[in-house]
Amino acid sequence: MIDMKGVTKKYSNGVTALSSVDVTIKQGEFVYIVGPSGAGKSTFIKLIYREEKPSSGTVTVGGINTATLRQRSVPALRRKVGVVFQDFKLLPLLTVYENVAFALEVIEEEPNMIRKRVMEVLDLVGLKHKARMLPTELSGGEQQRVAIARSIVNNPKVVIADEPTGNLDPDTSWDIMRLFGMINERGTTIVMATHNKDIVNTLRRRVIAIENGRIVRDEQRGDYGYEA
Amino acid sequence: MNSGVTTAMKPRTLRRHFRESFKNLRRNGWMTFAAISAVTVTLLLTGIFLVIMLNVNKAGTDIERDVEVRVHIKLDTTEAEKEQLKQQISSLPEVESITYSSKEQELQNLIKDMGSDYALFEQSNPLYDVYVVKTARPQDTPDAARKIEQFAQTEKAVYGEEEVKNLFSFMKTARNVGAVLVAGLLFTAMFLISNTIKITIFARRKEIEIMKLVGATNWFIRWPFLLEGLWIGLLGSILPIAAIAIGYYYAEQAFSAQLASQLVDFIDYLPLVLPVTALMLVMAVFIGIWGSFLSVRRFLKI
Repeated sequence: MIDMKGVTKKYSNGVTALSSVDVTIKQGEFVYIVGPSGAGKSTFIKLIYREEKPSSGTVTVGGINTATLRQRSVPALRRKVGVVFQDFKLLPLLTVYENVAFALEVIEEEPNMIRKRVMEVLDLVGLKHKARMLPTELSGGEQQRVAIARSIVNNPKVVIADEPTGNLDPDTSWDIMRLFGMINERGTTIVMATHNKDIVNTLRRRVIAIENGRIVRDEQRGDYGYEA
Repeated sequence: MNSGVTTAMKPRTLRRHFRESFKNLRRNGWMTFAAISAVTVTLLLTGIFLVIMLNVNKAGTDIERDVEVRVHIKLDTTEAEKEQLKQQISSLPEVESITYSSKEQELQNLIKDMGSDYALFEQSNPLYDVYVVKTARPQDTPDAARKIEQFAQTEKAVYGEEEVKNLFSFMKTARNVGAVLVAGLLFTAMFLISNTIKITIFARRKEIEIMKLVGATNWFIRWPFLLEGLWIGLLGSILPIAAIAIGYYYAEQAFSAQLASQLVDFIDYLPLVLPVTALMLVMAVFIGIWGSFLSVRRFLKI
């Protein structure tokens, strides 16, 4: 599903965020990306949805080589990849329903299909009854669930999450993790950068640890390995 | 290698872009007002400037066309020699037309222009018989005059040397200054629109970021902002176009009467107002769309 070969990323300010990274993530996997701040986790994530291009090496996502992808073909890639962020990135003036529907409207889906899909995913994340509320009327955990609903409404093959529980209290974080688990069980690949030691150590999955731009550890059912 | 995303626009999508562009205008009410005002002021200044320049240009051309060489014929010239001189002048390549005016006619013209006091000269006419020579191109007047002076029966070839030179250089300067000013004003308006759209885009950068992340195409994102620029341009052009259309009507009426006897005249209403307002409309649309195009570009690089 995701294949990185000899990936090095140097930013124009001279910082080398990743060097010689080789990773293969198969369809249906659930992967934690861990490591200290500034180690290169965010760059790793950004390479997958082509916010950044590798300086050298290849990044292949669902058969698409992001390094040689032309600008006008980027939308095609993004439609295969759902993204979730620490700060939710919801539009404050739109209702819960509208926020989720927005992701389908801007890729010009059929209105009937939009209504059906949005209600389905809102049901899945348990917010069907709050569809008409504004994001500000929801708790942080509920807002993140709206963001997750938006990321999967298009049935992407992979969901990328950058510190999705970073702004949430422990109880709420567990709810969010259960939701990601459910999505993963439906066959969606999940790649999650996280600092949450308890979650990584309890819900054992594959762990990829990045330090100073290099992969220092890649274990199935690994642990967090850092002091929180 | 990889298929892009279809670019043909569905009617539903077009409706959405229109809706969004109007929503943008309303949501950023004061900025919209400021941008429209900027277009209005710029187009008004440009329009007035164009009208003045076109009229000055026409006056210049009128005056240029009136430049003529007056060839004073030596007093002792016979009819045959006059005919020969006429042939000589006509054969010059610069010359377009030549007309004869006897010294009696000249005096009558003088009396008509200057008053009956000059009728005294009827006793003993001090004037010359004259050939009035016009050149095809006004700039050739000095050359033609110099050549005509060489002919045997020419007493003098007069053409108001200084005035002609001054007029030509004034016309040239006026046209250049006008072109530079109009270009400057256009640039200013485009800059103002571009900045306004930038602010409305800035207010929506989160929305654009999400659109980019979920895979909206650049054109899908761009359309509402281009339309917004278009509306700003069009709304901004209403007042200036009306002002030019109505203002020129009254200006022409008021001044035409006074200018009736003069050499110069205003350009007629429709031949001026139609092209000028059409040009203003085109400029409004162009600066609106181009201004917003420039500002959207920066925000699409995610």
